[in-house]
Amino acid sequence: MSFQPLVKVEGLKKYFPVSKGLFRKTHDYIHAVDDVSFSIQPRESLGLVGESGCGKTTTGKLLVRLLTPTAGRIFFRMEEEEAREEGVRLEDGYVDVATLKGRALKNFRRHVQMIFQDPYESMNPRLTIYDIVAEPMAVQGIGSVMEREQRVAEMLQHVGLTPPESFMFRYPHELSGGQRQRVAIARALIINPTFVIADEPTSMLDVSVRTGVMQLMQDLADRFGISYLYITHDLAVARYMCDKIAVMYLGKIVEMAETEELLHHPLHPYTKALLSAVPIPDPTYKREVIEIRGSVSTPINPPSYCRFYNRCPVAKEGLCNVQEHPPLEDKGGGHYVACHLV
Amino acid sequence: MSDASSVTVIHRPLWRVRLELFWKSVRTNWALFIENPIGVIGLAIILFFALMAVLHPILMKTVWDPTVYDPITGYDFEILRHPAPPSARHLLGTDPLGRDVLSQLMYSTQTEFILGVVAALITVTIGTLIGALSAYYGGVIDTLFMRLADLVIMLPFISILIVLSALFKLNMLKLALVIGILSGFGGVTVIIKSQALSIKVKPYIEAARVAGGGDWHIIVVHFIPNLLPLSFLYMMFTVTSAIFSEAVLSFFGLINIRMSWGIMIHTTQTAGYLLNVGQYWWLVIPAGLAITLLCSAFYLVGRALDEVVNPRLRRR
Ligand SMILES: Nc1ncnc2c1ncn2[C@@H]1O[C@H](COP(=O)(O)OP(=O)(O)OP(=O)(O)O)[C@@H](O)[C@H]1O
Ligand code: SF4
Ligand SMILES: [Mg+2]
Repeated sequence: MSFQPLVKVEGLKKYFPVSKGLFRKTHDYIHAVDDVSFSIQPRESLGLVGESGCGKTTTGKLLVRLLTPTAGRIFFRMEEEEAREEGVRLEDGYVDVATLKGRALKNFRRHVQMIFQDPYESMNPRLTIYDIVAEPMAVQGIGSVMEREQRVAEMLQHVGLTPPESFMFRYPHELSGGQRQRVAIARALIINPTFVIADEPTSMLDVSVRTGVMQLMQDLADRFGISYLYITHDLAVARYMCDKIAVMYLGKIVEMAETEELLHHPLHPYTKALLSAVPIPDPTYKREVIEIRGSVSTPINPPSYCRFYNRCPVAKEGLCNVQEHPPLEDKGGGHYVACHLV
Repeated sequence: MSDASSVTVIHRPLWRVRLELFWKSVRTNWALFIENPIGVIGLAIILFFALMAVLHPILMKTVWDPTVYDPITGYDFEILRHPAPPSARHLLGTDPLGRDVLSQLMYSTQTEFILGVVAALITVTIGTLIGALSAYYGGVIDTLFMRLADLVIMLPFISILIVLSALFKLNMLKLALVIGILSGFGGVTVIIKSQALSIKVKPYIEAARVAGGGDWHIIVVHFIPNLLPLSFLYMMFTVTSAIFSEAVLSFFGLINIRMSWGIMIHTTQTAGYLLNVGQYWWLVIPAGLAITLLCSAFYLVGRALDEVVNPRLRRR
């Protein structure tokens, strides 16, 4: 494994103001992403797992700069030469995505793409499959019309939509969910990105086509050397797709480790609870069953102590609700946990 | 991606493919449109009037003697008393100034169409652009245009037109421009903006942005094509309101045009025949009916298009 990560995220925060009427200034903020740090090696996939509303999508959108971070830095590794051509300033071989704007931001987007959750809403119904897949090339001004057509046909072939010419000039509504998600993949990969954020790309698909799409994403990642940030609420999916998993809870990463390590030796009470809800196809594996009370709350002005305190089955009063939220610490072998009791 | 297998694409030029797709969508929409009797009736009426407009110059060149049948300068000396009731010579009689009513009616049709279409095109161009920009940029631009729209909607349309025409003596083209601009900055903008707002939050807008698409790319490629069906729909309603407004203004003698359906009724009124419609029905009924029919026709087509454009309204 290389020791030069492709992506480094440091102290990333995104607070959304809670609007309270038209003229009053708000003092309430949703801490959607609150001090998140991680890194992703080239060709490595990181799974971001957590319940609905914990800030997974927000993290993804920050990384592609659909949102501007409230605080924190996002570093993306780039070759000197490329950076010079694209007018991007490098700091030790990294570009700080959080500060990019204008031309540099547009150029940065050649390297990073996003696949969205909803294959029905993420395509303009009035564009043909060709237009949808070719859009990144078109807006980036890559290739002539003929070249784009050729490239789109190749890409459709790669994602298993064959023969390409029978798909190119159809409209999204004429395709099935699985086929559309393949189109979305073709579109994301058409300008050779090195980093792709996949926001629950299979969660809206029929179970029968899910594996096919996941398999395809893996094959293409191996083939083209792509790193994924794979967002999902399903640990089984993350296990299939990812080398590493980060578990998120109310805007914080509470545990992060290599996939098998995390699944077999979960340390954080929240991860343990999540795992006890997921069947793992491993007969030799024994685990404790942990129930958690209540449900996820919205992180509006959360308390400064452990975010999981209210639902934690092993919380220690006088410690967990007094001290600050525990920092994410390496407990050996790259297994990071944020809990006072571990 | 050097190892990409080479694929042979059938080389039909892209514009040909797009043209074919366009025709295909026109055909599908047409099939939906003619399912609805309301739309078919509207369209039939519009075609009937279009035929009248086209026939008028031909008749003037062939069978109608201009000295007698010219809608503005004609006079029939062979009849002693004008207005004369319908006869073989004048199918809809003559007006108080001795001119052929049918010829006036047909001649005016052309004007009404031009007025309606020009006003509608202006309205829809303004409405679509402003609606899209307001929704996309929000903020000050949005506030500015929406308050302007409120103002335009609040002020009674016809009275603004009356004031303007009293001040400027509008001709047909200027009238089209005024109606177009007024309704463009008014209600149409608000409706198109609300549609644009629903497009703004679609994930394909974010997808376009991640691809590197700038403001103009998103407005031109994603907003406008999704707004056009609605704009087209409001074109129909604008035609209706333009023709109607013209009739009202002409009736009051407030516009500087030589002939229109409204002018025909105005002439009747100034000559003092309006209160005697029972006896002189041909002076008022044809023009009045034409205004009503053509206005309703565009409205009906609009309603039928509404069902094509908004599939939710479609009856199963
Ligand atoms: N644009 C926004 N404005 C205000 N609040 C937002 C916005 N986007 C997200 N949030 C809030 O931030 C929190 C995290 O949202 P996010 O969409 O990142 O969750 P998620 O983990 O992706 O959930 P899901 O699994 O349901 O997709 C939620 O409480 C959400 O309501
Ligand atoms: S710090 Fe305390 S409350 Fe938080 S997860 Fe650990 S044990 Fe539970
Ligand atoms: Mg999400």
